[in-house]
Amino acid sequence: MAQPRVLVVGGGLAGLSATMRLAELGVAVDLISLVPVKRSHSVCAQGGINSVNALTRQQGDSEWKHFDDTVYGGDFLQHQPPVKEMADWGPRIIDLMDRLGVPFNRTPEGFRDQRRFGGTLYKRTAFAGATTGQQLLYALDEQVRRHEVAGRVKKWEFWDFLAPVLDGHGRCRGAICQDLVSMQFRSFAADAVILASGGCGLVFGRSTMSMACTGSAISRAYQHGAAYGNGEFIQVHPTAIPGADKLRLMSESARGEGGRVWVPRTPQDPRDPTTIPESERFYFLEDRYPKYKNLVPRDIATREIFDICVNEGLSVERDRPCVYLDLTHIPRQELDRKLHGILEIYEKFQGVDPRSVPMKIFPAVHYSMGGLWVDYQRSAGGGMEEGSPRNHQTTIPGLYAIGECDYQYHGANRLGANSLLSCIFSGLFCASGVIAGGEGASRTAAEEPARLFDSALRREQDRHEALLGRRGGGDNPYAIHQDLGALMTRVATVVRRNDQLAAAYDEVCTLEERWTRSAVSDTGNWTNQNVTFTKSLGDMFPLAKIILKGALLRDECRGAHFKPAFSVPGLSATDPVDRRREAEAWCDRFAANTERWLKSTVARPGADGHPQITYEDIDTSLIPPRPRLYGLVGADLIEEVWRERQASVAEGASRATVAAAAT
Amino acid sequence: MIAPAHSSDPSSSGSGEEQRAIRVRILRQDAPGQESYWERHVVPYEPNMNVISVLQRIAAGARAADGRPVAPVAWDCNCLEEVCGSCTMLINGATRMACSALVDRLLEDGEEIELRPMSKFPVVRDLVVDRRRLFRGLEKVKAWVPVDDSYDHGAGPRISPEEQEDAYPLSTCMSCGCCLEACPQYVKIEPVRRDGEAPEAFAERRQGAFDRGFVGAHAISQAMLFNSHPTGKMIADERLETLTAPGGIQMCGNAQNCVAVCPKGIPLTRSIARAGRSATLWAIKRLFDR
Ligand SMILES: Cc1cc2nc3c(=O)[nH]c(=O)nc-3n(C[C@H](O)[C@H](O)[C@H](O)COP(=O)(O)OP(=O)(O)OC[C@H]3O[C@@H](n4cnc5c(N)ncnc54)[C@H](O)[C@@H]3O)c2cc1C
Ligand code: SF4
Ligand code: SF4
Ligand code: FES
Repeated sequence: MAQPRVLVVGGGLAGLSATMRLAELGVAVDLISLVPVKRSHSVCAQGGINSVNALTRQQGDSEWKHFDDTVYGGDFLQHQPPVKEMADWGPRIIDLMDRLGVPFNRTPEGFRDQRRFGGTLYKRTAFAGATTGQQLLYALDEQVRRHEVAGRVKKWEFWDFLAPVLDGHGRCRGAICQDLVSMQFRSFAADAVILASGGCGLVFGRSTMSMACTGSAISRAYQHGAAYGNGEFIQVHPTAIPGADKLRLMSESARGEGGRVWVPRTPQDPRDPTTIPESERFYFLEDRYPKYKNLVPRDIATREIFDICVNEGLSVERDRPCVYLDLTHIPRQELDRKLHGILEIYEKFQGVDPRSVPMKIFPAVHYSMGGLWVDYQRSAGGGMEEGSPRNHQTTIPGLYAIGECDYQYHGANRLGANSLLSCIFSGLFCASGVIAGGEGASRTAAEEPARLFDSALRREQDRHEALLGRRGGGDNPYAIHQDLGALMTRVATVVRRNDQLAAAYDEVCTLEERWTRSAVSDTGNWTNQNVTFTKSLGDMFPLAKIILKGALLRDECRGAHFKPAFSVPGLSATDPVDRRREAEAWCDRFAANTERWLKSTVARPGADGHPQITYEDIDTSLIPPRPRLYGLVGADLIEEVWRERQASVAEGASRATVAAAAT
Repeated sequence: MIAPAHSSDPSSSGSGEEQRAIRVRILRQDAPGQESYWERHVVPYEPNMNVISVLQRIAAGARAADGRPVAPVAWDCNCLEEVCGSCTMLINGATRMACSALVDRLLEDGEEIELRPMSKFPVVRDLVVDRRRLFRGLEKVKAWVPVDDSYDHGAGPRISPEEQEDAYPLSTCMSCGCCLEACPQYVKIEPVRRDGEAPEAFAERRQGAFDRGFVGAHAISQAMLFNSHPTGKMIADERLETLTAPGGIQMCGNAQNCVAVCPKGIPLTRSIARAGRSATLWAIKRLFDR
């Protein structure tokens, strides 16, 4: 191809790292974003980024263990080769970001400092104050600015991706986008389009995510035929600060640095928390999870906090559920050095100093493990084959997805500090394959007939005009969004029940109906935020349906997806023989459930407007699935039984191999 | 940037007690080059509100205080936690971030909250301004580490905790522009596209105009950040050249307004003093090198 051109949608960590690598490889990049890329949601990430490092390595850590923690934490719901590749790349990525000038915290000797995050026993997390995401994003933003000055990248900030342009063979040849200032439409011819548009927190109304996290771009790709994977897996972060406009995150690093979660043993104890004696405090995470204590994986921490408030009635406040997250036992100076940024957020928005008063926190929607389904090419070594055009390609050829908007790395639950890694990794890694994917084409996208782009552009224009032309007096889109958010938060977050999910699905259809009758209050064609929002609201319904239908159909508990009706309790027998038998039965049930449900959910848009769901087998060839037993009663015995079974399976397999070799 | 509205649950908005209202006065402007005008809005009071949630209610209601339907007010925001730098505006006359401006505090100043767009950047619409010039400043001072490429070459340079603690605050600059709004030397530059002027020609002319103006405290501080980085300093001279050229450090009158308004508490005057010293040394060195 003469001069390949790639359109990158989104300038968070994923989009910027892809842009940087593509520009370096000589590709011309158009980079579009709803907000100036430096203001992308990635700036919000506080805690850090994971990778094996020199220190943990000497404590017995390895890339393989990082890989293992990630798939175990994700309850095995991810294809293993890409995850392995990501863990292998971890050290290189941290080194690269270090070279780009990220001011990682330092040890006295001048090495990068690390902290411990949830779901692992090693200090794997590199961090830059309490603004790691901001620092990583800025380093990439700076490199992309450098390429921009050199003419290799063109940025289109305050632009909205509306639709991919597909040719007669269903191949993506570009996109239609809209300038959010002049409201003008423009078609972009591109040999590949990479979506790096981040999460979809706004489907839940309020979340820890930023206002640009509408999910509109991935919804539009889905509506044009791209399959969506594992939509029902939504991570609820255990610790957020409830607010009217946003649920602000209190990073896991608060617990990583020694923060303790507790409630008063007396329900709604009115005393000043600092005066409540130790004996009258219930450190329920430490009590129930003696090994991981306050650093159990997110889904478990979330459920425990939810439970203690909602079911056990021990919420700190009566009308607003919350628990204490306490840092007051740590010296102020140390807190300021390690957690300054996040403590400042609490102080700024709550008007209380968390160094002297325990914080009040409650879970909030935080991350979408699901996203656009993407492919990969397995390498001989069990990783992902670099340079393959299949890597990160959606079901639409030529359309790729990376970062939080793909479904690839985190399975049923994401470990803290693993997302920043997957975003930068997928951005860097996909570039060579994206280029290779364009090489076979007989002509560049720019040589496609103009009518291909013109007709796609006209469709979007018509849709826009129709929105502006809706009769006044209809429903208010903001009110519809509020209803959608409240509904999704109520039925599709911490605890899920089939009756509620089924009813909610119908309600979402009704809300969508209401949306078609909603009216915009601004009909102008200049910086019309009202119509942009209304448009993106319309694109939230397909995502809400994917999430609800996936959750409804999945009759099991896995990672963030928790259905009490299908949860398997721990062991209760005390007699060793009975207990053993119970453990055997537990393992039988686990094996049967794995057989039935260890599959990715794949949603495709049905002609009737409802998602069509199928299931896809998962490549678990590197690490066989095992029960995720954090804190379960009888975990030791179950683990023992499971190990014995695995060993006999392995023995059987090797005997079979020997027999086969002998014949 | 997109602005959904959420009122907190009805249960929390004081049942029975008299509904308090917040009065807001907003300086609006429909598009560049048009007259600006004041408009009054009233929104119900809720505990713990910030200016963003007030604007969300206004957008959702789309009615002025007198009940007249009006186009929703436009404004910029994204993170809502004072880290993305989007939502800068003049609130009761002070340049600051709307997301961290708590209504309860503002009402201590007076009964009405006043919102105006930043005055040093061209208004796009209402409270939205065009801060392209701010980002241009970062290009001018080459605010980046000039690495060879993004391949693996091992770790970056060793850095002492003291150096990290020095660099880190500078690196939290979120390009909000508060320091520029407050600076007497940073004067608004608003070139207008001429009839028949090609977009590229206009962009070039605009950039030229930006480049003749003062580069600003944020960019000076970034130049110092990268001039102190072991790899970044390899092009220190190029940055100093920019800082000693027209629009550079000599325009700073040392009024120190910038440091007082920076929401991130960045030690801008220290950066400016450092830049001044390095620029002088560099100029002398250059004199002798000739
Ligand atoms: C508060 C918070 C703290 C976190 N902390 C951590 C942490 O410590 N460690 C960790 O590993 N992870 C953390 N995460 C998760 C992590 O920050 C995100 O998953 C990650 O930053 C996502 O990056 P991204 O590049 O995929 O997308 P984003 O950074 O969300 O960027 C999306 C981009 O797409 C653009 N875009 C979206 N839609 C459109 C459209 N229609 N048209 C054009 N452009 C569009 C946006 O403008 C933006 O530029 C945190 C998340 C939150 C919410
Ligand atoms: S010190 Fe310089 S940059 Fe800061 S406000 Fe004064 S003139 Fe502007
Ligand atoms: S220096 Fe401070 S005020 Fe200026 S742009 Fe940066 S963060 Fe904003
Ligand atoms: S919205 Fe990001 S700084 Fe205010």
